[in-house]
Amino acid sequence: MSTSSSFNRSILARAIKESFTKLNPRVLWTNPVMLVVEILAVLTTYFTLRDIALQSKTFGFDVQIAAWLWITVLFANFAEALAEGRGKAQADSLRKTRSETIAKKLVREKVENISASQLAKGDIVLVETGEMIPGDGEIIEGIASVDESAVTGESAPVIRESGGDRNAVTGGTRVLSDWIKVKITANPGETFLDRMISLVEGAKRRKTPNEIALTILLLGLTIVFLLAVATLEAYAIYSGATLSIPVLAALLVCLIPTTIGGLLSAIGIAGMDRLLKRNVLAMSGRAVEAAGDVGVLLLDKTGTITLGNRMATEFVPAPGVSPEKLADAAQLSSLADETPEGRSIVILAKEKFNLRERDITDLGANFVPFSAQTRMSGVDLQGREIRKGAMDTIEKYLREKGGEMAPEVKTAIEGIAKKGGTPLVVAEGNQALGVIYLKDVVKGGINERFSQLRRMGIATVMITGDNPLTAAAIAAEAGVDDFLAEATPEQKLKLIREYQAKGQLVAMTGDGTNDAPALAQSDVGVAMNSGTQAAKEAGNMVDLDSNPTKLIEIVEIGKQLLMTRGSLTTFSIANDIAKYFAIIPALFVVTYPELGVLNIMGLATPQSAILSAVIFNALIIVALVPLALRGIAYRPLGANVILRRNLLIYGLGGLIVPFIGIKLIDMLLVMLGLS
Amino acid sequence: MMSNDFIQLIVFFVVLFALAIPLGLYMAKVFQGEKTFLDPIMGPLEAFIYRICGIDAQKEMNWWEYALSLLAFSFVGLFTLFILQLGQGYLPLNPQGFGGLKWDLAWNTAVSFTTNTNWQAYGGESTMSYLSQMAGLTVHNFVSAAAGIAVVVALIRGLSRHQAKTIGNFWADLTRTILWILLPISLVGGMLLVSQGVIQNLSPYLTVKTLQGANQTLAMGPVASQEAIKMLGTNGGGFMNANSAHPFENPTPFSNLVEMLLLLLIPVGLTFSFGKMLKDAKQGKVIFGAMLILLVLTLGTTYSAEIAGNPLVSKIGITGSSVMEGKEVRFGVVNSALWATITTATSCGAVNAMHDSLTPLGGLSPMLQMMLGEVVFGGVGSGLYAMLLFVILTVFIIGLMVGRTPEYVGKKIESFEMKMAILAVLIPSACILLGSALAVLITAGTSSILNPGPHGLSEMLYAFSSATGNNGSAFAGLNVNTVFYNIILSVCMLIGRFSPIVLVLAIAGSMAGKKITPAGAGTFQTTGGLFSGLLAGVVLIVGALTFFPALALGPIVEHLLMLAGKAF
Repeated sequence: MSTSSSFNRSILARAIKESFTKLNPRVLWTNPVMLVVEILAVLTTYFTLRDIALQSKTFGFDVQIAAWLWITVLFANFAEALAEGRGKAQADSLRKTRSETIAKKLVREKVENISASQLAKGDIVLVETGEMIPGDGEIIEGIASVDESAVTGESAPVIRESGGDRNAVTGGTRVLSDWIKVKITANPGETFLDRMISLVEGAKRRKTPNEIALTILLLGLTIVFLLAVATLEAYAIYSGATLSIPVLAALLVCLIPTTIGGLLSAIGIAGMDRLLKRNVLAMSGRAVEAAGDVGVLLLDKTGTITLGNRMATEFVPAPGVSPEKLADAAQLSSLADETPEGRSIVILAKEKFNLRERDITDLGANFVPFSAQTRMSGVDLQGREIRKGAMDTIEKYLREKGGEMAPEVKTAIEGIAKKGGTPLVVAEGNQALGVIYLKDVVKGGINERFSQLRRMGIATVMITGDNPLTAAAIAAEAGVDDFLAEATPEQKLKLIREYQAKGQLVAMTGDGTNDAPALAQSDVGVAMNSGTQAAKEAGNMVDLDSNPTKLIEIVEIGKQLLMTRGSLTTFSIANDIAKYFAIIPALFVVTYPELGVLNIMGLATPQSAILSAVIFNALIIVALVPLALRGIAYRPLGANVILRRNLLIYGLGGLIVPFIGIKLIDMLLVMLGLS
Repeated sequence: MMSNDFIQLIVFFVVLFALAIPLGLYMAKVFQGEKTFLDPIMGPLEAFIYRICGIDAQKEMNWWEYALSLLAFSFVGLFTLFILQLGQGYLPLNPQGFGGLKWDLAWNTAVSFTTNTNWQAYGGESTMSYLSQMAGLTVHNFVSAAAGIAVVVALIRGLSRHQAKTIGNFWADLTRTILWILLPISLVGGMLLVSQGVIQNLSPYLTVKTLQGANQTLAMGPVASQEAIKMLGTNGGGFMNANSAHPFENPTPFSNLVEMLLLLLIPVGLTFSFGKMLKDAKQGKVIFGAMLILLVLTLGTTYSAEIAGNPLVSKIGITGSSVMEGKEVRFGVVNSALWATITTATSCGAVNAMHDSLTPLGGLSPMLQMMLGEVVFGGVGSGLYAMLLFVILTVFIIGLMVGRTPEYVGKKIESFEMKMAILAVLIPSACILLGSALAVLITAGTSSILNPGPHGLSEMLYAFSSATGNNGSAFAGLNVNTVFYNIILSVCMLIGRFSPIVLVLAIAGSMAGKKITPAGAGTFQTTGGLFSGLLAGVVLIVGALTFFPALALGPIVEHLLMLAGKAF
């Protein structure tokens, strides 16, 4: 994403413009606190203009009050518009990529050129090198490298092919080589790109549950203060004092929670935006909020906890077999094996025993690939038959050949399994030569990450297809709290339901179609962009980078969002104390000069006191905009530590800051002769 | 003198806590239907009551069935009491031959006792027959207290149940509370008071010759039986007009101590029942702590204001006793300040001194406690449920700061609970503010004010706070037995009582249906001293922010004027 100054300038210009268009009461309706301020601004303006017409003396003061009330609303609108700005700018650039595309629709094996916007679900299109994919769909035939940078921002091309979990393509991306046949899965206007545009733009943004509850609280407080101020007029009449409408309006605006009221939606939008910056697309604000509440993370072992590929780390020969012989046989059997595991065996043999790679065709060898029936792979060369596979398969193979596996080999196998490794037995003829120790390599630093999560109160559960023994060993090494071994999609779903029944919120990542039910059931389901269409639709977030580790960052962003909201609410309410001390003595000092002792800030005149409070109230909104957009500083700590920190900064700060701020503004007003 | 006062205070609180904690644990057993030592006596009685009333005590109710039962019960009681007072002239047990009450006074009184307020616009010994006192007022003292306790028990069930639809059975909670808790303690309390000389008879009033030779009528009546429940149920409606300042109601320092203990016994005990029922004693202690912090603050303000006294009086050369105006010499300053504080902290409202004669700041804290919603231990049951509303607000405002959506004892607080809690705090505040604003603006309101200036405003605010907070204590100085005040205050009492009850039961119902999330390192802790402080802070800030403008024009300015040498 561009962060050039021209980009920021255009966002800023648009935000300023929108601050004014958002004054429309129909737009402001969703923000009751600011709507009240606007109504008061209108009232004050009306009475001020009336007073000017009637040549009253106080209008200089009233004009200033009216102006600052309008400014308060504008500042709040500006905060929201600024938060929306980034998303809108990005939506614009996305729209440009969705330029009008011609689709090659296949009708009875014949190509028909139609506009992409006319494609419907179920149509089949042909996309060839250099062409734009006209809509979301699944590849039903062919393989291609695709440039998805329009969506993900990642310029390296990705491979997409029919069958399996990498068959999904997104409209607006470009085929770089080869050709594919795509079955369209989304109608125009409902494509991923369309949804993405409306999401980043915030067009369909709805208040999240917690925002609604907080709005109710703020509305309640507003009504309480409305009552306190309205009835004050009655008490004032009884006490023989008179209060003008602008003064009462000023008091009310200072008391109602304008700070959080003005920043609330900006905080929410900025939270979504922070996710977007990390290339995560949240389908709803509700999901971001839920991320903060997550108590359990279900993490796939492969790719998240381990590097994803098992590596050969040791050769354990059978009795009477030299290590070199085992290594040689292992290397021979793996020469044609292009899997990372196979490669690692070749490399280990080279490193340990200096056995150089040989070319399999030069040797005249016949490579036996792994198949579901034999569940072994190997090589036949010059009468030698070398096989490698899991223990029970090889044992069966040896028995057929009339051999037997030595008990020492079995012990070695068990030892490796217990340590979390995968034992791979190498056999030649009817003899087991030994075992290759394939190790799952746990990602560096992951252990620390998990203990950090534990301090935050989040449990981690590793999901793996491995057997329980292997799973336990890796779980212990990685430091997860629990694991689910030999996991099937059904078991995963069941596990999620179990945690949810216990009251926990569960987050997980997934990419396959068989992950879809679990993604839908989880509270935060992050689908990988590389995954299938079904997975993307079931989850409530999509990670454009397809990086499962990002789940942890998502949780942190959710927490940061809620913390920012809470801290600014506390700050806003704590501010009121100082404002009372500024305004109440100013209101009644004429009737009861004794109330002057409450003017502990020593503000110059009643007018300057009221003005300073109103000005502080408006300025604090703008002052806090950067904080609202950036979110408050976040550290992965326990709730108690975080609470103490934030209470000190935003609670105590909220008490003290306005006393200083109001006093400074008062001094400034006196200097400028505005009071 | 000061150190003597402190010893008295410490002894009082030590004795109070020593009695209230075991009572709290006992009450938890009663509410949960566990075995207690009173079962052999009360069990058959309970079964008998259910049989004649046709109640199935095992049947669980959802929140609105519970609320409807409570409302039906209260309103039937309300109208019965109303009619009883209107017709007392035709009924027995009326040796003084009092006639029926005027409709507005009878209505006000009926509302007042049904809502556990015991606001008294009448003088007991000059208005009420013994039948009205015993069958009407005393009965309501029991049942209105029990109804308040039932509501908080239902709320606690709501908080402790996991995905349940129901919150208990109102009739069972009501009956068990009366039989196992209120009756036995009142019986013991009544005996203790009789031993101190509180009267208990049905005789006609006595006429005696005083030393000066004049005739004086001494009011008689079944005082002791009403006295104990009046305090225990935080009702506060005195048999006599002078309430517990009257020597027949409160003759000795020991009876004064007993009455004060009875007053706080259940409200304090309930915080421990709460912890016990949630199976997390710390949750109860933290609420107890917050209430104690607030009590110490208000008690400190009143006590120091009263000890400092009125500089105007000191200036004219009167020393020492300058603060005794309006107080009973039997009890002295500290016991008057303590009583004034705890009677308004709880929603009792019985008095042993004239609150009107308190210094402005001395009168401010009783008033503030009522405005805060009677949460400083508060009325029996009502204090705890009102405080739990503030807990919900606190958890919501502060809890977000730890980065999770707010939850309390594992239950998520969402917009429904927020709506109910905000309304429950908002509606009573609106009653106080709008009621007093109306009263200061119209002649029907201002013509009753005896003192001009800010003191008059204080009296008015006090009356509306007392009615809405279901406290019932009076500042006096305001003639409230007028049609205007009888009606408007009865409206305040009804709203102040039943709107929070219905809203609290709604919260109980919604909470019961939620899952309980197990607490972890990321959970906002609602235990410990920090939370007590935060809770007390939120109560004070919400109360202060709402009422500061009004208070500034009432007691605060009056205090400042007193320092400047002006009195009202």
